Amino acid sequence: MPVVTSAPPAVRQGTESSRRGDTAPAVEVVDLVKRYPKAKVNAVDGVSFTVARGEVFGLLGPNGAGKTTTMGILTTRVRATSGTARVGGIDIGANPSAARALLAVVPQRINLDRSLTARQNLLFHAAYHGVGRAERNRRADELLDRFGLGDRGKDKVDNYSGGQAQRLMVARALMHEPQVLFLDEPSTGLDPQARLFVWERVRELSDRGTTVVLTTHDMDEAEEVSDRVGIVDHGKVLALDTPAALVAEHGGAGSIDVVLEPADGESASDAAVAEALSRVPGVRGAEPPGGVPPQGERRLRVDVDGEPAELLARVAEAVTGAGAVITDVRLGRADLEDVFISLTGRELR
Amino acid sequence: MTTTSEPTAETTTGGAGRTVNGRPSQLRPVLAILGRDLFVTWRELPGFLAQVLLQPVFVLFIFGQVLGSLDFLQGDYAQLLFPGVVALTAFLTALQNTALPLVIDFSFSKEIEDRLLAPTSTVMVALEKIAFASLRALVASAAMFPLGIWILGEIPWRTEAFPLVVLFVVLGAVTGGAAGLTLGTLVPARKINTVFALVLTPLLFTGAAQYPWASLEVLRWFQVLTALNPLTYVSEGLRGALLPDAPHIPVWVCLLVLTGFLALFTATGTRGFLRRALD
Repeated sequence: MPVVTSAPPAVRQGTESSRRGDTAPAVEVVDLVKRYPKAKVNAVDGVSFTVARGEVFGLLGPNGAGKTTTMGILTTRVRATSGTARVGGIDIGANPSAARALLAVVPQRINLDRSLTARQNLLFHAAYHGVGRAERNRRADELLDRFGLGDRGKDKVDNYSGGQAQRLMVARALMHEPQVLFLDEPSTGLDPQARLFVWERVRELSDRGTTVVLTTHDMDEAEEVSDRVGIVDHGKVLALDTPAALVAEHGGAGSIDVVLEPADGESASDAAVAEALSRVPGVRGAEPPGGVPPQGERRLRVDVDGEPAELLARVAEAVTGAGAVITDVRLGRADLEDVFISLTGRELR
Repeated sequence: MTTTSEPTAETTTGGAGRTVNGRPSQLRPVLAILGRDLFVTWRELPGFLAQVLLQPVFVLFIFGQVLGSLDFLQGDYAQLLFPGVVALTAFLTALQNTALPLVIDFSFSKEIEDRLLAPTSTVMVALEKIAFASLRALVASAAMFPLGIWILGEIPWRTEAFPLVVLFVVLGAVTGGAAGLTLGTLVPARKINTVFALVLTPLLFTGAAQYPWASLEVLRWFQVLTALNPLTYVSEGLRGALLPDAPHIPVWVCLLVLTGFLALFTATGTRGFLRRALD
C-alpha cells in the first residue's frame, strides 16, 4: 500500500488557538512503535503523523488496527516501544505528567466517578488539574449547560443514560481547557441525536482552537467531522489526507448501474451492450455486477472515470444504439468507505 | 483563564499551565485526589465507621469482655489483647481499604482513569492510595481507644508512651496500605474473593494480636510462622509501648522489621500499580 502523507492544513484561526505562545504542532508522532510483551507483531508499527492546532484529526481503522494503542500512547496510558510522541511540544515518554496537563481523554467506556454527582465529577476533575475554586464552579455550570445537562448537575451519575454519561465525560474533559482532546470511538453506542450532538460539539471545539483527535471505525463520523483522516491497519498508517482527497486518490471510479430490456424487435446480448458501452469515452468497462439479479433482471455495472452523472447521457445513447432500453439507473459515487475497503480489505476481524 | 509560561506557584485560576518553580507541581493534583477521597468518606461516615470498627469491636467484646465475664480468661488478658486489637485495626483497615477499591477500580469502575490523567506521576497516584487508606486506618485505630474503655472498662495506658503509640499505629497503617497496594494490583478481579479469604484470615490470626509473641515458645512452629506476619511487629510494638512489663519483642526490632516490610511492600505495590496503570 502506498503511504500517502500530506502537510497539515493551515491552522484554523480560532479565538484561543494562539493563546499558548509556542508554535509546536498540537500532536506530533514520529516512527512510533508499540510491541506488547509476548506479542508476535507490533501493535503500532512505525506510525508518523502531525496534527495542527485546531485541527480535527480522525484515526480510522478496523478493530485491532492499532488506533486505540496509538491513542493510548498519546494519552500517556501506554508506553511506546520506540519512536516519539509529542503533545503541545512535550515529549510524552519523557514528561508524561506535563503532557497530561495539556490533554484530555474521553474514553469509550464510561469511567465517571460513581460516588459523585455530575457536577462534582466536573469540579473534582478540575481540582486535579489545579483549576481554582471560583473558576471551576463557573466552568462546571457553563459546560453542564452547553452539554444539555444544566438541570441534572445534582444527579448521581449512576442514573445517567449512556448518551448523558458520554456528554458528561466530554464536559469533564473540557474542565481544564486542554489543548488537545482525545476521543476514543466517540459515537459508538449513541443514538443518532446524540451522535449529531457530539459531532457539533467537536466542530465547535475546533472552531475555538482546541485540537481534537478521534478514533473511529464509522465512515460517516470520519468524513463528517474530521479535517484529515489517517487510515490505519496492522499498525501502519496506510493513507492520510482530507476525506475528499482520500476519495479522489483511492476511491477508484464512480459507477453507473443500468437495468436493461431489449428494445422492441431486438435481442441485444449483454456482451453486445457492454461492448458498445466500452467504446464511450470515459467508460472504463462494463460487466454484470456481482450477485444474482432479481427475477432474471439484466443489469450492468458501468465503471466510469470522474463524475458518473456527466456520462449518463452518453451511456444511455450507447445502450440504445446497441439495441436495448434502460429501465432503471443508479449512480455510484466513491466515498470514504470505498477507500477504507480498498485499503484494508474485506476480511472480517 | 490565565496561562503563563513563567514559573509561578500561585496560579489560582489557571489549569494546564500550572508550574511551581518552573516544574509542574506533582503534589497538588495528589492533594486534590486525596481531597476527593476524604470528601466521599465524610459523606459516608456512618458506613465507613461501621465497616472499619465492627470487627475490632467484636474481637474486643468477645475475647475481652464476654470470655472474661465467663471466667475463661486469666485476669489481665484483656489488657494484653487491647494493643493487639489496635494494631490489627491499623494494619488490616489500611490493607483492605487499599486492596479492595483498587481491584474494583482497575477491573470494573475504571474511576481511577481520571486520576491517572491528572498532571502528576503515576507513582504519586499509587502513594495517594496508601495515604488515604492509612488515614482511614488512623481514624479507626484512634476510635478503638474510647471504644476500648467503653467495652473493657479500662485499657492499658501510659502517657509517656504516646509518641511510640502514634509511631506504631502510623507505621502499621502505612505498611498495611502498602501491603494492600501489592495485593490489590497483583490479584485479578475474578480471584479476589478467594485471595482475600486466603490472605486476610491468616493475617488476622497470625499477627500476635490475640497473644504475646513470646508466649508462643510452647508452639515453636507457630511462633516462627507468626514472625513472618508484619502485623506481629505492630502488635508487639504497641504492646511494648503500652505494657512495658509484659513480654514483647524489643521496640527497636519491631521498628526495624516494619520499616523493612514497608520498603518491600511499597516497592512491590508501586511496581504492581505501574503494571496495571500503564501498558
